[in-house]
Amino acid sequence: MSDAHTGAGSSLGTGLPGVPPDLSGRSRPGERAIQAVLFTSALVSVAITVGIVVALVRPVVDFFADVPFGDFFALEGDLAVVPLVAATFVVTAIAMLVAVPLGLGAAMYLSEYASPRVRKVLKPTVELLAGVPSVVYGFFALAFVTPTLLQKILNLEVGFTNALAAGLVLGVMIIPTIASLAEDAMAAVPQAMRQGSLAMGANRMQTTLRVVFPAALSGIAAAVVLGLSRAVGETMIVALAAGARKNLSIDPREGMQTMTGFIAQTAGGENPVGSTSYNMLFAVGLLLFVITLIINIISISIVRRFRQVY
Amino acid sequence: MSSVAARTARDLTRITTGRSRDRTPGSLIFLGGLWFSLFFGVMVLIVLIVTTAIDGAPRFDGALFTAYDSTLAPERTGFRAGILGSIWLMFTTAVLAVPLGIAAALYLEEFADNGRWYNRFIEVNLQNLAAVPSVVYGLLAVAVMALMGFERKGIVLGGAIALAMLILPVIIITTREAVRAVPTEIRHGSLALGATVLQTTWRQTLPSAVPGIATGTILGLSRAIGEAAPLLLIGLAGAVRFDPAGIFSPVTALPIQIYSMTSQSQEAYQQAASAAIIVLLVMILSLNALAIFIRNKFQRSW
Amino acid sequence: MSTSPATISASGSTTDRVGSLADVHEAAERVLPDLPTDPVMEALDLNVYYGDFHAVHNVNLAFGRNEITALIGPSGCGKSTVLRCLNRMNDLVAGARVEGEVSYHGQNIYARGVDPIAVRTQVGMVFQKPNPFPKSIYDNVAYGPRVTGMKVENMDDLVEEALRGAALWDEVKDKLKQSAYGLSGGQQQRLCIARTIATKPDVILMDEPCSALDPIATSRVEDLMISLREDYTIIVVTHNMQQAARVSDRTAFFTARPDETTGNRTGLLVEYNLTSNIFSNPNDKRTEDYISGRFG
Repeated sequence: MSDAHTGAGSSLGTGLPGVPPDLSGRSRPGERAIQAVLFTSALVSVAITVGIVVALVRPVVDFFADVPFGDFFALEGDLAVVPLVAATFVVTAIAMLVAVPLGLGAAMYLSEYASPRVRKVLKPTVELLAGVPSVVYGFFALAFVTPTLLQKILNLEVGFTNALAAGLVLGVMIIPTIASLAEDAMAAVPQAMRQGSLAMGANRMQTTLRVVFPAALSGIAAAVVLGLSRAVGETMIVALAAGARKNLSIDPREGMQTMTGFIAQTAGGENPVGSTSYNMLFAVGLLLFVITLIINIISISIVRRFRQVY
Repeated sequence: MSSVAARTARDLTRITTGRSRDRTPGSLIFLGGLWFSLFFGVMVLIVLIVTTAIDGAPRFDGALFTAYDSTLAPERTGFRAGILGSIWLMFTTAVLAVPLGIAAALYLEEFADNGRWYNRFIEVNLQNLAAVPSVVYGLLAVAVMALMGFERKGIVLGGAIALAMLILPVIIITTREAVRAVPTEIRHGSLALGATVLQTTWRQTLPSAVPGIATGTILGLSRAIGEAAPLLLIGLAGAVRFDPAGIFSPVTALPIQIYSMTSQSQEAYQQAASAAIIVLLVMILSLNALAIFIRNKFQRSW
Repeated sequence: MSTSPATISASGSTTDRVGSLADVHEAAERVLPDLPTDPVMEALDLNVYYGDFHAVHNVNLAFGRNEITALIGPSGCGKSTVLRCLNRMNDLVAGARVEGEVSYHGQNIYARGVDPIAVRTQVGMVFQKPNPFPKSIYDNVAYGPRVTGMKVENMDDLVEEALRGAALWDEVKDKLKQSAYGLSGGQQQRLCIARTIATKPDVILMDEPCSALDPIATSRVEDLMISLREDYTIIVVTHNMQQAARVSDRTAFFTARPDETTGNRTGLLVEYNLTSNIFSNPNDKRTEDYISGRFG
């Protein structure tokens, strides 16, 4: 038996005494080259950010060379941005009024009430809402929500384009963003916390609202803030349904042009490169980028600061 | 003392009558509210599809797919240019974004040392990019195209650059998740046999992550195919009456045609737009279904 | 070689021996010098840190050729950490730092210019949980030779040899192209051993190789370890003192010492001796307490 093993060993093991194996580093040029390619690919994401800033800032510098700051940050006038910002605010506020309660409600149901099997079917269904193109939502707002829902059924006096329809539909569009992320946050709350609450005689509603919800608050807040950033940056719904006219008003029944609406509608028109109106496109774009960037940073830092370690 | 006894008695009755504390009126209203939240969105989706399908019903004909946009006969206008354009844009976008996204994700997951500031910076930057509004990518694409000497004429390459930048974060994030799902034991097993990190990534991690990567990529592309805003900025217009013939060819896209027809007041255009929306939704739903199929069929649970 | 009757009878006797520990014990007991005279590997003043945490303190150990050395001790005593230093798998842990020397045939594997990948082709490793690759049985075994660029005349023969060496050939010879995931836990672990010996290493490290296996599979792997001792130097970390007693020639007992200020537990080597001495006549009170079950 031991002979058999020695026989196998002579062909398998390298254990030749007296010949120290070579452990020196091999140079692997191909390997290093590929690593460099992978690293460069990762750097492209940084290049895109830098590109965005550069691409936006240069025309904006040209723009402010022609236009005084006062004309841009004015309440009215061809170059005024304040009405656009105000309209964005109105539409976003309506959207959030729809999306926050419905998104969180859906998240609570999926996380706390639905069985795993039901959740597996329902969550993708809700996420499907986010897969519908925004131009389709815009058409829906224009072709159904305003004429049928608002004018016929609710008997409201709204214009052909109005902030209300755009905001409502935009809200529906961002429900899945909020629901999905908030559900993730609530699902991460450890089962032991729920059982502790249920064991003390609390029912499911109390457990959901008083134990799970507070425990997942940071994730939920991040979900809401991310939803907000989506709402501010969404373009096609407002370009179609919110209006194409600057209107400094807080009446949602009126049509009003938002920042993204302005960008889309101006881009569709004929503006020679380098003209003031063309450059204003970039000025509004830069403002939009900065606003969403601030919102995103808030969202990221909420997650960072309050990340629960269970 | 007696009150405690009384309470115990009451609780006991409750247990014996089998009335759950989850059936109090407050709880039931709350549960109803949650149900409503969940199904509201689904309801909207159903109403959207049904009303649009009804509006577009008269136009489900061959001309919808074979004819070009027509101003003379709006009732026979078609989306041939847009459908072909969207397909061209999708493939060009995939060619630009998929290899880049996978490479970046592999670097971040398998090679990057998270202690280094530049890797952490890439990380935060990526989170930010994922939430940049799509119009902003359109503005960037305009600048990139200008840099390469192209005017804003709405060619395939320009649209694809905008869409590729838009979905790059999506592809990176989903690829990383798929790669992360491959257990460390597999990597260690490979490294302990004397494989390099690159060999381990190429022969073990990547093949195991392919279904997840495919799912994420298809979902990213299905988002790209529905996008209109960045394409508007890069100069795509609705009225293109020829097939795209290459990446430098002027092009339109289905969502752009829908947008431009929606802005017209004639009833015929509204019908055509409705029908085109159903076509677009079918395309997107098929991509989603494909993604789900791949995930369920090939995804390994470790 | 492939159908040598001697090999078949060897594997036959392996199965016969399952469950009869007396034979195993007998096989394990050999007359050995008090200290390894020709050590394959040596740890010299080995210290390991994870960030600020001092995980292992001043370990000196010599591992003898064609011997099985067991590293035992309570959890957190640093025995796995020491094992992972021996083929530089600790390099993969972020923030890990190694001081001192690990000498392999007189070369410090932590010296500048040493390629950890070259080290790992000489010093293989088998893990706690069987971790076959999601590939066929054949490809699992062929993987190591393929990635390390080994010159192989006939891969089929090499695969067969390795599987025979791991006492798995007879069980899998008809399903080499099937997924390794179809094997039982014990078979998977023996496949991982076959995978390791296919790369023709010199030393095999085993990190609690049986902790995820049932008793029958465990005893098979233990038999395998003893037969592999003929050709390889084996270093095994185990939680199971009976296992150390059954299979090993020498045993190193580690313990953990809490830091007085931080409470972090630093591992240190208490006693290193022939296994028979450790279990029958330990020198250190702490070893005796552990062996007799009074601690850990």
